[in-house]
Amino acid sequence: MPADSREKILRRIREALTVPAPARHLPGKGDTAAHAPREWLPPVPQTRSDLAGLFEKNSRDLKTDLRRCADRAAASATLSVIAREEGWKSVATHDFSLGSAAVPALGLPVLRTDVAYETAALEACDAGISGCECLVAQTGGILVTSASAGGRALSVLPPHHVVIATESQLVGDLVDAFSLLRARYPEIPSFLSFITGPSRTGDIERILVLGAHGPKKLTVLLVAE
Amino acid sequence: MSTTEARQFHHEADRLTRDLRHRGLIQKALGGYYVKRDEQKAKFTDWQSARAAAAAAKFEAINHLDKYLIEFAEKLAARGTKVFWASDGTEASDYIAGVARAAGVRRIIKSKTMTGEEIHLAQALEKSGYEVVESDLGEFIVQLREEPPYHIVFPSMHLTRDEISDVFEKKLGSKPADTPEELTMIARGVMRKKYCEADMGISGANFAVAETGHISITENEGNARLSTTLPRVLVTIVGIEKVVPKLDDLALLLPMLATSGAGQNMTCYNTLLGGPREPGETDGPVEYHVVLLDNRRTTLLADAEQRDALHCIRCGACLNVCPIFKNVGGHSYGTTYQGPIGSVITPHLRGLQSWKHLSFASSLCGACTETCPVRIDLHHHLLQNRRNAIAEKPVWWEKPVFAGFAWFMRRPALYNLAAPLLRFGDPFLRLIRGTVLDPARMWTGTRDLPKAPQKSFKEFWRTRNAR
Repeated sequence: MPADSREKILRRIREALTVPAPARHLPGKGDTAAHAPREWLPPVPQTRSDLAGLFEKNSRDLKTDLRRCADRAAASATLSVIAREEGWKSVATHDFSLGSAAVPALGLPVLRTDVAYETAALEACDAGISGCECLVAQTGGILVTSASAGGRALSVLPPHHVVIATESQLVGDLVDAFSLLRARYPEIPSFLSFITGPSRTGDIERILVLGAHGPKKLTVLLVAE
Repeated sequence: MSTTEARQFHHEADRLTRDLRHRGLIQKALGGYYVKRDEQKAKFTDWQSARAAAAAAKFEAINHLDKYLIEFAEKLAARGTKVFWASDGTEASDYIAGVARAAGVRRIIKSKTMTGEEIHLAQALEKSGYEVVESDLGEFIVQLREEPPYHIVFPSMHLTRDEISDVFEKKLGSKPADTPEELTMIARGVMRKKYCEADMGISGANFAVAETGHISITENEGNARLSTTLPRVLVTIVGIEKVVPKLDDLALLLPMLATSGAGQNMTCYNTLLGGPREPGETDGPVEYHVVLLDNRRTTLLADAEQRDALHCIRCGACLNVCPIFKNVGGHSYGTTYQGPIGSVITPHLRGLQSWKHLSFASSLCGACTETCPVRIDLHHHLLQNRRNAIAEKPVWWEKPVFAGFAWFMRRPALYNLAAPLLRFGDPFLRLIRGTVLDPARMWTGTRDLPKAPQKSFKEFWRTRNAR
């Protein structure tokens, strides 16, 4: 292995920074700490029902299939309907409270990704069913982490990703999502991803195609309780 | 005297500016972008203040770069990532090839990294005998065509579905397809296998968060998530300017990158990686390396006047609004980074005298500066590059020409003769205009020559007052 250039690079940086940048590079007003990003971001509502409404609207724009469910039983029933309609033969999931009744009720072979598993077995599953840390109303995003969503691959490898979440998991914006992680974990998890709609590409003539490499379908079962 | 790079640029620019089919393709591709971008901008409480706040976050990072880089590297290393500092492309490529060799790697899957393009990483690894596959759809297409990316965000925006279908047929043996959907599914099918077979993944980074030691990757397709999850070894290559101080900075920068880059409120996947698979995790790479690349970024940093060019988040917004880019196209530049930002930074990264011509190829309209989400003073930097280039290497005939002009303009008797002379010479000028006999053909060849007026202003004024 070649020797690293850490000291050389740091020396060049420090030499370069002896000349201060002109003041006009810093437009207007002071440092970032004094200006919380959310002052300028799109506004978010305060109440839970309005947050749910905004998340629903954003989901529609993103082509996320959002299903509002009155309770866990309704979510379980909806999941079974989707499984039947799409003819799922096997699913992958992990141990999470909202899925503990709904997934076994499908009566399908289940691969667990929170215990040792084979990539090929996960690739063969028709759907990945997971929980999440929170839902971000402002962007229509779903925050998954290695700690809360059955590892790093479950939410991206199978062709259909189903998230089961409750309305109490809704937060306003990314700032809220980061605060939630800080409160929940002594150290931010090694992997986290904001999933904002099903996988997509516009690389051919800038025309939107869903399901480029990740899931072609993203379903959120939003439980009201 | 022009350099090879300048001659190449002028030749390509000249060709593509006349190519109306190319212009139509680019206009069509960008038409939808403008609409979506404006829709998303309008959702912000205050887009202009958001730009100022984003610029402030990057200003803080770049002007304390040593401090934040050390913090970032220490946080990453604490969770088991090997951090390597590379002065240039060779050091980076050699290190990555060394990692591959030590880990017994054969197949490599790569997600999008402009920094990797900058140092020709894929070519270097292929030369060392590894199979390197681009997983981003646009990058995959241009890789099959053996072309560089056309645009830093939309690598294949210059191609039609037919051209893509042709290259798939030729290189993948697929059947002809006529919809973007079918073509995307062909690539998906090919790539699925590659993800599962690859022993090593390579990714770029959009941001490096000093506070927590996470790299942040922005994408739509899911290819970066798969490339950074499935292979057992992972390498991320990061330009040193990508660092941001705080996790909360991403709360602003991620939506702004999506808005400016593609007219989305957030791109589909914004993934943060803090290290390799940890005890208790069931997947993810077992070995993780982050390469911090300088490659003359410190030269740009030392130019305090243009230091803010390091604030760039590579959204491509300045390319999309640039009248030059839209006419000459991405490949004409001959650089990794096209458009206004490329014209500003390439002279710093690859030599002022070889790349100064890009700073002269500008209308200085300022559309780039106005659209930049982190408020880089792009069009003034183009002017500064021009000034620096001339100061370093003056053009010998400019001084005498301007001295002659000044001498002439101070003598009314002489320039009063100009109007009758012009009237007399006008038919002759028209005859030779744009031909080899015309010394000003570079200028007149593509421009209209106004008709010489019958009277000069002075003559007109005299007769008017006499009446």
